[in-house]
Amino acid sequence: MRKANLGSNNLLSISELGSQGLKHLLFLTASFDGKFLPEAQNALLGKTVATLFWESSTRTKLSFEAATKQLAGQCLNLDKQGSAASKGESIRDTVETLLSLRTDCLVVRHSSSGAPSQIARWVDVPVINAGDGCNAHPTQALLDCYTIQSHLGDLAGLRILIVGDIRHSRVARSCIVAFKMLGANVSVFAPPTLLPVALESWGVELVQDYNTALERTDVVYLLRVQKERQDEAFLPSLKEYNRFYGLTMARAKFLKDHALIMHPGPINRGVEIDNEVAELENAVLTEQVANGVLVRMAVLYHLLAEEN
Amino acid sequence: MNRILIRNGKVLTGGGNLGGNLSNDLGGEKLDILIEGEHIIGIEKDITKNIAKNSSSKLIEIDASECLVAPGLVDIHTHLRQPGTEEAETIESGSLAAALGGFTAVLAMPNTEPAIDSVSVVREIKELSKRAFCDIHIAGAITKNRQGETLAPMAEMAELGVKMFTDDGRGVQDAGLMRRALEYSSNLSVRLAQHCEVESLAAGGQMNEGEWSSKLGLKGIPAAAEELMVARDIALSELTGASVHFQHLSTAGSVELVSQARAKGLNITAEAAPHHFSLTEECLSDFDPIYKVNPPLRSKNDVAAIAGALKGGAIDVIATDHAPHCADLKEQPFEDAPCGMLGLETALSLSLMNLDMSPEDVIRVLSINPATIAKMEDQGGQNNGAKNNSWLAEGNVANLFVFDPTEKWIVDKTKSPSRSRNNPYDKMEMTGKVMHTIYRGRQVVADFKLVEAELEKVLA
Repeated sequence: MRKANLGSNNLLSISELGSQGLKHLLFLTASFDGKFLPEAQNALLGKTVATLFWESSTRTKLSFEAATKQLAGQCLNLDKQGSAASKGESIRDTVETLLSLRTDCLVVRHSSSGAPSQIARWVDVPVINAGDGCNAHPTQALLDCYTIQSHLGDLAGLRILIVGDIRHSRVARSCIVAFKMLGANVSVFAPPTLLPVALESWGVELVQDYNTALERTDVVYLLRVQKERQDEAFLPSLKEYNRFYGLTMARAKFLKDHALIMHPGPINRGVEIDNEVAELENAVLTEQVANGVLVRMAVLYHLLAEEN
Repeated sequence: MNRILIRNGKVLTGGGNLGGNLSNDLGGEKLDILIEGEHIIGIEKDITKNIAKNSSSKLIEIDASECLVAPGLVDIHTHLRQPGTEEAETIESGSLAAALGGFTAVLAMPNTEPAIDSVSVVREIKELSKRAFCDIHIAGAITKNRQGETLAPMAEMAELGVKMFTDDGRGVQDAGLMRRALEYSSNLSVRLAQHCEVESLAAGGQMNEGEWSSKLGLKGIPAAAEELMVARDIALSELTGASVHFQHLSTAGSVELVSQARAKGLNITAEAAPHHFSLTEECLSDFDPIYKVNPPLRSKNDVAAIAGALKGGAIDVIATDHAPHCADLKEQPFEDAPCGMLGLETALSLSLMNLDMSPEDVIRVLSINPATIAKMEDQGGQNNGAKNNSWLAEGNVANLFVFDPTEKWIVDKTKSPSRSRNNPYDKMEMTGKVMHTIYRGRQVVADFKLVEAELEKVLA
């Protein structure tokens, strides 16, 4: 079945989804939030969604599972541990195995950028990218757009500041495309070693002064700093990172009253965000997780049940 | 004795200038070529009258009237995967692909398993090469097991006829060791070739570093990783006086460095692969590992620089870097898939299509120059003891091929004699078709197809 609002029968990236598709999914998410889609309650009845997580995850995997069950679908879960994948089975063979179990949709996470796109070329059931390498994490971007929208309304004209390891972040790649697609002004701030190469091609502003940028922004979006970045000499120390790039209580005071503090989780307290900051009223971290289920319901409903 | 008569083709003897326009002007002097046994015994206009009619030996006649006749192509960068990875390619299957591409000689790279780093492996390959459909020359490793730690027995391998050495697949990282290798080999009448890649900059890299790698979230390989080693080896060539050959150069910066070094009179030669003047990094946008190759596909600017350097002469050679890989490996997640693509069957067409060069100049960089650099005997050019400035001459070994520079064909990867299918040009239309290949006086390709009788002789 070909869908009107999505360019393809997959969700691989925000750019492939396009602005119309993005807005439609946000509209559906809002509908699920208000529960005025009673016909969706059994939308996935008799359908099986397989989550293939070759890389570990807590919230993304659980929320796909929860979303499937809310829509009365069945879930098959494959984790790298304890599966044939850990015995060296190829991803193609694993995918074939799942398809022979009559799976209607594949939700894929992989540490290699592009793995969901590769799989989508082999199968004719919808493939949803649940995060691939440093490339994309479209459902995260959707839930972040929805979270911002539910607090601050239309994203058009909002200032969003993204801080942290943008170079290695699939969340940043998807969020930046989505935020810009909805008309927000995006700026970034990070140690230069953690900025992406060719940043000038991204269409974002590079912040020079952190405090001024915090004063002006409507949203500050913090990215997780991965500990191994220190070993790879991207950073001298996490302590130094916290001092110059972390959102400390002192810096949080620069924020406007309505400004949101966001983070895709899991957080490193005391590194990119101070303990007390994470507890502030404007820090909407748990709300992001809750919205994750709604957004994934919208995506599954759209790909598997929605009529044109 | 077998005889072959090639009638009425425009023969590229290396003396003239055929011009860049492929669509016309085959009207110049057309010659006939007569081959007997392994050798060319006559090249002249309308040779028929001199053929002894009563001869009892079989005469194969080839009509080349719409075609060019050229010395057989020479690839000095071929991965034949034998010994060790016979499921991907063998000397025999690779040589069949070479013959279909118009090649009569290839240089087998040493990154086999085991690596070509000892006389026993050299001997094994020589033995296997008896079943090949083109000459198989051997490149030995510079260091043992290509580990970059201790020198491989280059003198022993040279004694068996190895003329080039490289750790291809890797560059020799240690500058001090590379200096010793250049010095040690300087009296062996061989040439060292470098895969230019500084691993501390390139490690883990998946594609060219730039706008596309940034967008796709794939780790980049910066141009500097190649250029640093090019610059280093130019300095080492100057220090030691030794010649250095640069393999598969891919960046505008490398071209500039090589041009400067040659202007200084250093003995530097260089090659580029067809994909580096035909494809750009943009091909990676769908994460298809078929386009994953090392050095990676670069930017449009680099592609233009490589094409310009081939035309201008800063790069001497087109070498395929034919790198077969089994489908199951190329179907792995992008970051796990191996680097490399097939190249032997498409090199001539891609060169004719994508370079602003006359067919004669294309043959120069695909046959004469590589044969000279790798010191190959029995290929066209001056190394065979034949007349100067005559690429095809009476008395030469008959290694030549007939091609139509304007004929179009569609690539079908399933039809290749290669054991692998990692051909990025599958289903693409090509211009310039290899019609016949004559290897040591045997017609191995006729009308764009392998000659069954020749196959049976060897495969029986």
